[in-house]
Amino acid sequence: MTDRPRYSRKVIDSVDQWVSRGSTVEESEERFDRYRRYLLLKTMFIIACVAVMVVVLGYSITVGASNIGFIETYRIIWEHIAGNIADDIKDYVVVGLRMPRVIGAVIAGAGLAVCGVIMQSTLLNPLADPYTTGVSSGASFGATLAIVANISLLGGELFIVGNAFVFSLIPTAVIIFVSKLKNASPTTMIMAGIAVMYIFNAITTVLMLWADPNATQAVYIWQVGTLSKTNWNNIPIIAAAVLAGTCVTLLMSKKLNILATGDESASALGVNANKLRIFNLILVSLVSATVVSFTGLIGFIGLVAPHIARIFVGPDNKYLVVASAVFGGMLLMVADLLGRTVISPVVIQAGVIMAFIGGPMFLWLIINKKSNIWG
Amino acid sequence: MKMKIEIKDIQCGYAGSDLIIRNIDLTLEGPKLVCIIGPNGVGKSTLVKCINHLLVPRGGSITIDGTDIATLGRRELSRLISYVPASSQECFSMPVLDSVMIGLYGRQGWRTSRTDLDRVYETLRLLDLEDLAMRPSNALSAGQRQRVALARGLIQDSPILILDEPTANLDVMHQMYVTEMLKVITARKGVLVIMICHDLNIAAQFADEIVVMGRPGVVRTVGRPADVITPELIREVYGIDSRVITHNGAPHVILEPTFGDEGVHLD
Repeated sequence: MTDRPRYSRKVIDSVDQWVSRGSTVEESEERFDRYRRYLLLKTMFIIACVAVMVVVLGYSITVGASNIGFIETYRIIWEHIAGNIADDIKDYVVVGLRMPRVIGAVIAGAGLAVCGVIMQSTLLNPLADPYTTGVSSGASFGATLAIVANISLLGGELFIVGNAFVFSLIPTAVIIFVSKLKNASPTTMIMAGIAVMYIFNAITTVLMLWADPNATQAVYIWQVGTLSKTNWNNIPIIAAAVLAGTCVTLLMSKKLNILATGDESASALGVNANKLRIFNLILVSLVSATVVSFTGLIGFIGLVAPHIARIFVGPDNKYLVVASAVFGGMLLMVADLLGRTVISPVVIQAGVIMAFIGGPMFLWLIINKKSNIWG
Repeated sequence: MKMKIEIKDIQCGYAGSDLIIRNIDLTLEGPKLVCIIGPNGVGKSTLVKCINHLLVPRGGSITIDGTDIATLGRRELSRLISYVPASSQECFSMPVLDSVMIGLYGRQGWRTSRTDLDRVYETLRLLDLEDLAMRPSNALSAGQRQRVALARGLIQDSPILILDEPTANLDVMHQMYVTEMLKVITARKGVLVIMICHDLNIAAQFADEIVVMGRPGVVRTVGRPADVITPELIREVYGIDSRVITHNGAPHVILEPTFGDEGVHLD
């Protein structure tokens, strides 16, 4: 008998196989095929959303006083792109009047959905959305200040928009300041965001108490969110912010995945969780502030779109960012379409319709899908 | 791979709180399986977080092969040390495959290659998780989740592996399997494995070296299991009586149900 400890043959064989990377060619091919099918399902969801979006976009443009058909809409758009305009009036109705609203819905919806993905992954909280950090309260205060008190940092066309943008960045600045003083944990950020939100909301309420009825109504309309203000002048600005934000998010999608495993795991993998969280906060505030400044406060997109996309593509941010963007764009476009058609000719703001759609959707998610998507 | 960690006179604590680690000097050299044992709250996790620079020491130095870890970036350090925390959270339920693949961060391109996928499956197979590859993490037991976290640490292929209670939620078979596997990995790959462990028999059977933390923030002794695991030390550190026999060439602790007193019958 020897005193040397005995070890299991099974364990030694398993480790040896692992060390020697003992996958057979057949195993490897079979796994890779299965993995490609897994990724294909995710891609299919994105393609399906784009296809639905194209159809709804065409139909959405047909809705209005002038009777323009579905196929005709695409023909007019094509003629416009090709520089071969056959009917100036119809071209003006489709491209000049109706398209900006629909395209604006797609871009704004996509931007808010991407911001929602970033916030949920960054704050490790399924309830987070672009407004969690108080962007909405800051923007609302800025707009109210311009409408009610006639005070704005910028003049001209940017009288309300510019104020909303600048003030929407203040809550983020406060959160970053608090995070630097304490720590940049998700809880600190959320609590600081709530505190700033209450402060801004209180001041906004005071301003509205002093306002005349017309100004109060204007503030109210701004707050519920509408796409009627989007036009070919401001769409490039919103599109640039949303596109840049989406690209940056895609590039750091792996880091977002890592962040979701917790700060210690992330740091051990070489990702500075606190720095990334602050960067994400700045990114979300810039993108959402740009969108909100032009559309007002459209809620639920940033909350619901990522959750629904997550059901189909999973939590891998590489796919989730694109899927949420496409689904969010489609959802806001549908909300706007419903708002224009449900009790036509009266138009209900997209923000109101989104709340009607988003609330029940969120309840459905909580009741039916929680176990599949939330940890 | 023969990594040497030298800890010199470090003091460490969490932000805004008192020191937890006080003046620890310790040298750990691979390839070896090192178990850190000691009662709750003595600073075992704090010590391993210091080694991994997740907590920055307030004094002293830690070097890896002569390089002060304070001079290394987070990314460089992650190539040297894989760290598996005691518990890991996942806000959104991720399939096991994706969760383990996260461990390849910094080592893989934008697209997942066949080699990456093979490595993930080989690691899953090693930890008896291959059949669960597509299962979402919230449909796993605590023990299965712990093995997923361990797989994520192993796949990083670092020369130093630090594990905070890797066997805490595992059944006895998997506790034995995982610790034995780590022991074999140290021998086969030359890795330095540092793990916090509460099971004295597991530590005694598989560790090459045991670090005993007795009082908060202080290393009581370091040595081979046969030298360290004694009834006197167990009584001093844990305040419980025990007998130590030799089994399978290693000390084996039989704990007595008394805490230093003479003991009485229940009725």
